[in-house]
Amino acid sequence: MDIRNLQGYASFFMTIFLVIFLYGYIIHLYRSEKKGEKDYEKYGNIALDDEIDSTPVESGSEHQSEKRGAK
Amino acid sequence: MQSNAALEYDYTVAKLFTYTAILFGLIGMLIGTLIASQMAFPELNYLFGEYGTFSRLRPLHTNVVIFGFTVSGVFATFYYLGQRVLKVSMAESKFLMFIGKLQFVLYVILALGMVVSLLMGYSTSKEYAQMEWPLDLLTVVVWVLWGISIFGLIGIRREKSLYISLWYYIACFLGVAMLYLFNNMEVPTYLASGGLGSIMHSVSMYSGTNDALVQWWWGHNAVAFVFTVPIVAMIYYFLPKESGQAIYSYKLSLLSFWGLMFVYLWAGSHHLLYSTVPDWMQTMGSVFSVVLILPSWGSAINMLLTMKGEWNQLTENPLIKFMVLASTFYMLSTLEGPIQAIKSVNAIAHFTDWIPGHVHDGVLGWVAFMIMSGLFHMAPRMYKREIYSKKLMEAQFWIQTTAVVLYFTSMWIAGITQGMMWRAVDEYGNLMYSFIDTVAVLHPYYAIRALAGVLYVTGFVMFAYNMIKTMSSSRELTEEPQFRSPMA
Ligand code: HEM
Repeated sequence: MDIRNLQGYASFFMTIFLVIFLYGYIIHLYRSEKKGEKDYEKYGNIALDDEIDSTPVESGSEHQSEKRGAK
Repeated sequence: MQSNAALEYDYTVAKLFTYTAILFGLIGMLIGTLIASQMAFPELNYLFGEYGTFSRLRPLHTNVVIFGFTVSGVFATFYYLGQRVLKVSMAESKFLMFIGKLQFVLYVILALGMVVSLLMGYSTSKEYAQMEWPLDLLTVVVWVLWGISIFGLIGIRREKSLYISLWYYIACFLGVAMLYLFNNMEVPTYLASGGLGSIMHSVSMYSGTNDALVQWWWGHNAVAFVFTVPIVAMIYYFLPKESGQAIYSYKLSLLSFWGLMFVYLWAGSHHLLYSTVPDWMQTMGSVFSVVLILPSWGSAINMLLTMKGEWNQLTENPLIKFMVLASTFYMLSTLEGPIQAIKSVNAIAHFTDWIPGHVHDGVLGWVAFMIMSGLFHMAPRMYKREIYSKKLMEAQFWIQTTAVVLYFTSMWIAGITQGMMWRAVDEYGNLMYSFIDTVAVLHPYYAIRALAGVLYVTGFVMFAYNMIKTMSSSRELTEEPQFRSPMA
């Protein structure tokens, strides 16, 4: 097998791998939210409540989710 | 609450890049309008001797709008929102402040070097990578300084999680760094030959098909990592902040991010369909281009859904109008691109005016709209004054929207007409048209595009005027607006 064929196969299997990885990631996101380990949606508030003196959505240790606009 | 009550965000560097974005936007688009007019009225090529010809000015246009206007916008918005989403001020680190200013100074020198050298005719002849090797080296320095700023700010942050916009800025930084280095591997001939020829000249380390592949790996990903990724970063911050609505689905934003990263890097070979690159690679380019619709629309739909239940803002706030239209144009061009990447469509579209048509519904409707609305949103916060005129902004919106529509519709018609005429054969298999026949037919469409340019530049002048007035003489604000930007 010459190098070009090898490259072609490598690209094909890489694609399969990436697809599996991406679907795995979706499952991971939803599962960890369902189990209550993570709340991804709270991160959306980082943009809304972005004063320099407002409480971080997540500082050093895990905080519970901030309500938007709280000052 | 933090103890340091007097601490404020420091927008010095963000302001500096705002000025260059406005300046280069104006210059770049004026040149764009001039070259568009030259296509319709060729006499305009002879206004400034060799410096005014289409061939000199076209690379100047692309480089000024990409590396001058867009990249300034990227830096300005980063230095603004990077601090805010990390909840840390540039004023807290003398070092980062110095790096930011140094980056700006070197960037301006680089930009001047670029404009002058391209006007003089120094060029590597690689599209979007025309700058010669001394400027490439300076580019690396500027870029590394930006990296230090990004990771330096992250290093001293209060907000532990990185907001999605930052992911996109980091991707822009890493992606461009990798692609730029690989594509610009070049040998300065003067040094390599021991003193022959021009000191500015260099040759690429790749040749033939390899050169083409590396070039379009870069070329297409310049679209990805300069025209898409950092612009998505902007909309993920500015739209929620301006509307007061959190991103519709943060999970979808994460997913679209990885989707975009995986897929974009493989799509570049759609620029080389029917060329000498291996067949499987061409097919891969087509397939990945089509798959690219998914992560692109993932972001765009996420943005539109963010406005759910708040669509009244679209009529009340022209800034929301700009951003919603921007994400709509993003959807249009990310659907159009994949269609052009299908081999049979590409057989007609390639080398025709449909391609610049496609480019400009993206850059005018999406990139420039988003940068302008980002800067508009920043202005009241940076200068503590309300936006000078809402009426002017409304008028600008309609003038520029008209311009974009005129630009891409005329180029659709021109491109497809051109593609069909080039391949038309009579019953004996002879070509039916010579090249000049197509040029004659396309004249009206080129004239329409030039008109579109005039309209778009007019809108941009209104934008610049509105910004300058906001900076200097608008009503002062006593308190920073939380969401909606105040405007007179
Ligand atoms: C007033 C607005 C503008 C006008 C009238 C204009 C006009 C033009 C023209 C006439 C060309 C050459 C097309 C050809 O060779 O056939 C061009 C190319 C290009 N322009 Fe613009 N332009 C404008 C704004 C912009 C902006 C704001 C950007 C990016 C932020 C941009 C990015 C590009 C790029 C990337 C190309 C190369 C396209 C290709 O190689 O197919 N333009 N423009």
